[in-house]
Amino acid sequence: MNLVEKNYSDLFFKNLTKFFALLILVVIALMGYEIYINAKPAIEKFGWKFITDEVWDPVQENYGALPFIYGTLVSSFLALLIALPLSVCIAIFLVDIAPSWIEKPFSFFIELLAGIPSIVYGIWGFFVMVPWVRTSVEPFLAKYFGFLPFFTGPLYGVGMLSSGLILSIMILPIIASISRDVLKAVPISQKEASLALGSTRWEATRIALSYSRSGILGATILGLGRALGETMAVTMVIGNRPTISASLFEPGYTLASVIANEFTEATSDLYISVLIELALVLFVIAIIVNSIARLLVWSVTRKYSSQISN
Amino acid sequence: MRKITKTILFILTFLSIANSQIQLNGAGATFPYVIYSKWFDVYKNKTAVQFNYQSIGSGGGIRQVSEGTVDFGATDGPMNDKQLEVAKLKQNTNVLHIPTVMGAVAVAYNLPTLKEKIKLSSTVLAEIFLGTITKWNDPKISKDNPKLNLPDMPILVVHRSDGSGTTYIFVDYLSKVSEEWKSKVGLGTSVNWPVGLGGKGNEGVAGQVKQLEGTIGYVELAYAIKNNLQYASVQNKSGNFIEPSLKAVTEAANSEVKTMPEDFRVSITNSAGKTSYPISGFTWLLVLENQKDQTKGKELVKFLKWAMKDGQAFAEELYYAPLPPKVIKLCLKSIDKIKVQK
Repeated sequence: MNLVEKNYSDLFFKNLTKFFALLILVVIALMGYEIYINAKPAIEKFGWKFITDEVWDPVQENYGALPFIYGTLVSSFLALLIALPLSVCIAIFLVDIAPSWIEKPFSFFIELLAGIPSIVYGIWGFFVMVPWVRTSVEPFLAKYFGFLPFFTGPLYGVGMLSSGLILSIMILPIIASISRDVLKAVPISQKEASLALGSTRWEATRIALSYSRSGILGATILGLGRALGETMAVTMVIGNRPTISASLFEPGYTLASVIANEFTEATSDLYISVLIELALVLFVIAIIVNSIARLLVWSVTRKYSSQISN
Repeated sequence: MRKITKTILFILTFLSIANSQIQLNGAGATFPYVIYSKWFDVYKNKTAVQFNYQSIGSGGGIRQVSEGTVDFGATDGPMNDKQLEVAKLKQNTNVLHIPTVMGAVAVAYNLPTLKEKIKLSSTVLAEIFLGTITKWNDPKISKDNPKLNLPDMPILVVHRSDGSGTTYIFVDYLSKVSEEWKSKVGLGTSVNWPVGLGGKGNEGVAGQVKQLEGTIGYVELAYAIKNNLQYASVQNKSGNFIEPSLKAVTEAANSEVKTMPEDFRVSITNSAGKTSYPISGFTWLLVLENQKDQTKGKELVKFLKWAMKDGQAFAEELYYAPLPPKVIKLCLKSIDKIKVQK
């Protein structure tokens, strides 16, 4: 029978897709397992002290990950702080305001930004952005906001601020292009209805924004993921000093950077194991941050859908 | 369908023909990459022996040689006894160190007001990198530079952030000249720097020094010259201030020939020669004493001998110091130790 035949192919296709979907889970589980096994000697040696210690001394084989964890989180959230409002504004401009002859090339250029290799960002950041930060941005911040602890200390150019800036440029295209797609997907009838009820253009945009809140949050998570794991561009501009300092002018260090920097010349087994444990820490941080973000998306969408049903 | 099979067969035969050409795989140090690729290129044109060299870092080179995944390795810092033991256990034969060329680590700085080279004594250099000397007009620095008008400016130290053989040579020198450095920081390809910013690679340190006034850092001599950086004359063991140059590096190896150990695992920093530059070092190829593959082993020995004789001529134009003739003689003796079953 035709129906049965159709069911067979359906079944086959269903299982095929299921298989590929499960493959992702298997790969992640394998990665976690492999990292854990290789990091085990370091975990047994240092225990929980590893994530609270501030010393990093490969010669004495004394290792602590706290400065790297701090650097990873601060540089990534700084990048988000700069990139998120910018990206959303760009998306609103492209969808609601710009005529299509502007929108098309603009979108193209934004997506082009996402394709630039990170080492190119790094070199540009080091030779062009860092001198600019040192001679313009940092003196300005120190002069007008120097009373805040974030903007004190010597002006090196390289440091947490520069790494946040370069990361924000790198994650901007991701957040902006997804936000644009999400905003575009808002039913035109919604906008027309609100305009018909006499709302201003800004109010109509706000309604569209509240519609696409969860999508924009999702875009933000993707951007944050890239920022957390970014290696080359960050290591070029962050100063690579494992210290914790409130000031954004001071140098820092991130988990991904220290792994990339020291893995090639690590010879002792414990040293390698420690670097792999850093990868494990990064893995766990990525999982935690993603879960929190998922929870956020979930609670937002739930709240919003209950609003609609009311 | 038949067409596809035919094409696949064709590709396979083509690949097997290409494979019959001898290819030697190596991995390791980044510092000698430039001259090695030159050597491999010239040698390939001469003999049709192909080399595939991955510059993944000395640590990787040592690991891969002990695992037997490459035909030869390369390193900027000699293997320690424990690593040699592990390699011997795994490969059932000794690992030989063959020095190929030498390099100098220059102490670069950025003080545009100075027209002459600054002189840095070994203790001053150690104290700058320990963070105990913090100003350029510190009396300890000006004592050796009475003619220079040193600015009242903080010293900003820049070091390598990635593990590297350049760092190894530099801190090896500091450990030899300063007890405090030896006990507080020590020796390695990455260390716990007391002060300063980390730059990624030679280009990262050179770029940082070039950009910012008052900085001091260490880079391979080639980078200091190519980037037009100012670099210091450093005091050697006999008390003379020596400007880094390829000649002064070769001199450093020359002065150590008499005490050169048979396995070449020796550092030539702070060497005794009167005109030798104190922050110099060898770079080595790592080769197994008992070669497993006959044809490959034979070709490798031939190549090593070529590198010792004809290869040295390429060194200077690429800013590496050639080995002194006495060291080459010792190396050839060591190469003769490599056993290839006939």
